[in-house]
Amino acid sequence: MKEKRPSFYEECINKGVSRRDFLKFCTAMTALLGLDPGGVAQVVNALETKPRMPVIWLHLQECTCCSESFIRSSHPVVATLLFDRISLDYTETLMAAAGHQAEELMAETMRNHRGEYLLMVEGSIPMKNPAYCCIGGRSARQVVEEAAAGARAIIAWGNCASAGCVQAADPNPTGAMPVHRIIRSKPVINVQGCPPIAEVMAGVIVHMLTFEGIPQLDGLGRPKAFYSRRVHDTCYRRANFDAGLFVESFDDDNARKGYCLYKMGCKGPNTYNACGIIRWNEGVSYPIQSGHPCIGCSEAGFWDNSPFYKHNPGVKGFGIEATADQVGLVIGGVTLAGIAAHAVATNIRKKQMIENKTEE
Amino acid sequence: MKERIVVDPVTRIEGHLRIEAETENGRISNAFSSGTMVRGIETIVKGRDPRDVWAFVGRVCGVCTSTHSLCSVRAVENALGIIVPPSAELVRNLMIATLYMHDHVVHFYHLHAFDWVDVVSALKADTSAAARMAQDMSAWPKSSQGYFAAIQARISRFVASGQLGIFANGYWGHPAYKLSPEQNLIAVAHYLEALEWQKEVVKVHTVFGGKNPHPNFVVGGMPCSINLHEPNAINTERLAFVRQRLEEARTFIDQVYLPDLMMIAGVYRDEWGRLGGGVSNYLSYGDFPMAEYGETDSYLMPRGIVLERNLSLVHPVDARSPSEIREYIRHSWYSYDGGDREGLHPLSGQTNLNYTGPEPPYTHLNVEDKYSWIKTPRWKDMPMEVGPLARLVVAYAARKEPQKSFIDDTLKKLDLPAEALFSTLGRTAARGIETALVANWALEVFDKLMENLRYGDSRMVNHTLWSPNLWPDRAEGVGLSEAPRGALAHFMVIEDRQVENYQMVVPTTWNASPRDAVGVLSAFESALIGTPVHDANQPLEILRTIHSYDPCLACAVHLWDESGSYVHRADTF
Repeated sequence: MKEKRPSFYEECINKGVSRRDFLKFCTAMTALLGLDPGGVAQVVNALETKPRMPVIWLHLQECTCCSESFIRSSHPVVATLLFDRISLDYTETLMAAAGHQAEELMAETMRNHRGEYLLMVEGSIPMKNPAYCCIGGRSARQVVEEAAAGARAIIAWGNCASAGCVQAADPNPTGAMPVHRIIRSKPVINVQGCPPIAEVMAGVIVHMLTFEGIPQLDGLGRPKAFYSRRVHDTCYRRANFDAGLFVESFDDDNARKGYCLYKMGCKGPNTYNACGIIRWNEGVSYPIQSGHPCIGCSEAGFWDNSPFYKHNPGVKGFGIEATADQVGLVIGGVTLAGIAAHAVATNIRKKQMIENKTEE
Repeated sequence: MKERIVVDPVTRIEGHLRIEAETENGRISNAFSSGTMVRGIETIVKGRDPRDVWAFVGRVCGVCTSTHSLCSVRAVENALGIIVPPSAELVRNLMIATLYMHDHVVHFYHLHAFDWVDVVSALKADTSAAARMAQDMSAWPKSSQGYFAAIQARISRFVASGQLGIFANGYWGHPAYKLSPEQNLIAVAHYLEALEWQKEVVKVHTVFGGKNPHPNFVVGGMPCSINLHEPNAINTERLAFVRQRLEEARTFIDQVYLPDLMMIAGVYRDEWGRLGGGVSNYLSYGDFPMAEYGETDSYLMPRGIVLERNLSLVHPVDARSPSEIREYIRHSWYSYDGGDREGLHPLSGQTNLNYTGPEPPYTHLNVEDKYSWIKTPRWKDMPMEVGPLARLVVAYAARKEPQKSFIDDTLKKLDLPAEALFSTLGRTAARGIETALVANWALEVFDKLMENLRYGDSRMVNHTLWSPNLWPDRAEGVGLSEAPRGALAHFMVIEDRQVENYQMVVPTTWNASPRDAVGVLSAFESALIGTPVHDANQPLEILRTIHSYDPCLACAVHLWDESGSYVHRADTF
């Protein structure tokens, strides 16, 4: 991912325009913008520096929770991302333009920055009938295929774009599909969660801008920096699990002491996410801290791992952890066996994921 | 000469909306509103554990996040006869209040403002004059000349970079923009500030619901335990954190949002206080119960219907009654066994998929026939507007305070008659008035919660009926709430401890639906008729009126079943 886009100034020099003419242009531009003469330096600076990364953000079958989460980012704050770091040329949620002017912007970015722009996708693609999701009269599939063709890489935001999310839950009435099942010719980064944590979204973008490459991914295409640890392993309530201290029903005495939610159906033991570490909304809390079990929203197919409040669900992928609460109940030496079992489970589960991924 | 304008995608909304409008002599003579995406969530929750459904339907919308979850747990509680503990009901009110404040402010600045505010014009502003103007408007401490100069420099740099990002291709310079450069600069500065502010207020959701978007709920109450003597629960420190967020939110709303709203309204009132009225009936289910959910008299926002803009009479509404709410599909991509002209109550309805539109890619929809994924709901066969304006109109007609005085004061300040409420600008103003009221209510609710805690009542969950073994074989429930965008109803039938039927009639279904079987227009379409369009290539005026409703399309289009044979039971109520 070498930076190819020259700044406006570099482009001028390449085309044989002198610096003197460049500065004259800047002065004219300043007047055109109605700035006072002191603004010339700003214009010069802006046109000399490296341009911001062009970004197209598509909205397909989704609920806009990913966009909402994105604007919650605190480091960097979203205004810095939008105005200083990237050039968000197309996003239906925030862009001033509408209708054909909006569509022109997408076409322009695809044309002028071919091979350079980043494509971000929020939402899944309905495969049963193209009319189930249309934008500007074109089907979601057509839009995403065209936009993907010239993208340098694709970020699939959230569970919809990464795994189909709620609309792909049984019986998946619209045939909702994640991006990586449709687009196979480009790298796809699955930033999982419903939605992903704001700082995780910002973190992935910042990584790509700063280190000019794709972050290391796990077998499911998720950045390892945020998805290589189970919520269970990073949970501040883990000591209660190890000690066999469990909540038995919502707001019981144990809940009021902040005991482990495993028996309430917590999916922390088979969910890879950074909730326990980064937490939500600038580190304020995360579901378990606020008394609700993890529902596993960063895992593919988590909706069909329900009922959510059944602590020992007979669902595939749960595997060895099904016995973990029994292990947890028996105090002392057996706890060690529980920990060992968890470690094994992690590896078995990861191996299964990689195999599943290969099958697709 | 007739001209057809198509706006697709309508941006700065949630979801996928297409507007086709015909103009004659520079005014809109006919309009068609189309929802162009479906997901089928009601089908997906069938057969599942009713206690799980809040999480599924919460994902109907991430902008009105939490409102569908709340409506869903209310439907289950209504079906099973569960009474939520008083303190949990108050925490739920704090969840709703937080959503309102966040959602309305983000709508005003980030979705609606560019319809009134010209960003490019702000570059020409005299920053000293802007500072003086802002200081006259409110006590907001940031309104210095240096502050506005820094904002202006930032925007200049951004524009000069040649990469306009989200500002590109706006209708900048359009003659319908009327604010002065200084006013535009103030609004742009607050656009940026609101972007930072909004991530703070949602932290109330994070404390009680664990995250935002999509905080957690639980049937029977709230999942967060309050224990004043425990570091591992919501204790005094967490509560103080919430109070601080609520106070800061109110300050921003009073000192930034409301003054900006009044500034914009003052400039646009003559024209836009008359345009965009739309349908003349208003529906509100009411919300913010200060006692039990079932005690509608305790609601801070009253329930009722106002017909024909008659502000002296409030009609009762019963969402369960099959003779009141009916949905039509004459112009929606569905079919009914009884034919296209029939109207069915949500619980005796059918949802047979029937896409008859053009094969994509298409340039025009066949508006003579079916043209939307949104069904057309009617109350006693009349179209209704829902949303902040509807809630205030119902409250005004019910002589409810503090709503009535606040509305009267605002109208007086703007020197407008009550009829001006029924307009594009009235709708936008109603949202701001409501936000200010909710900001006060949030602190009242918080204080009431503290009072309960002082008396030792911190119960968050009523779990006496948590176990499905205790449930009847069959139960039916209706959950009602007021989402920021308007009246929301969830209908649930539980059979053999599973969801047998689930239906949602949501705000944007009322507002954005196509015309009904007899050709009567719904709110969006009706509000566009008569609107002037200065330049068909830049239909700024269409966006103004459509955005004034704050459309949320993911909510509105969710209703269908792939098998094409999903017939709901007719004997549910």
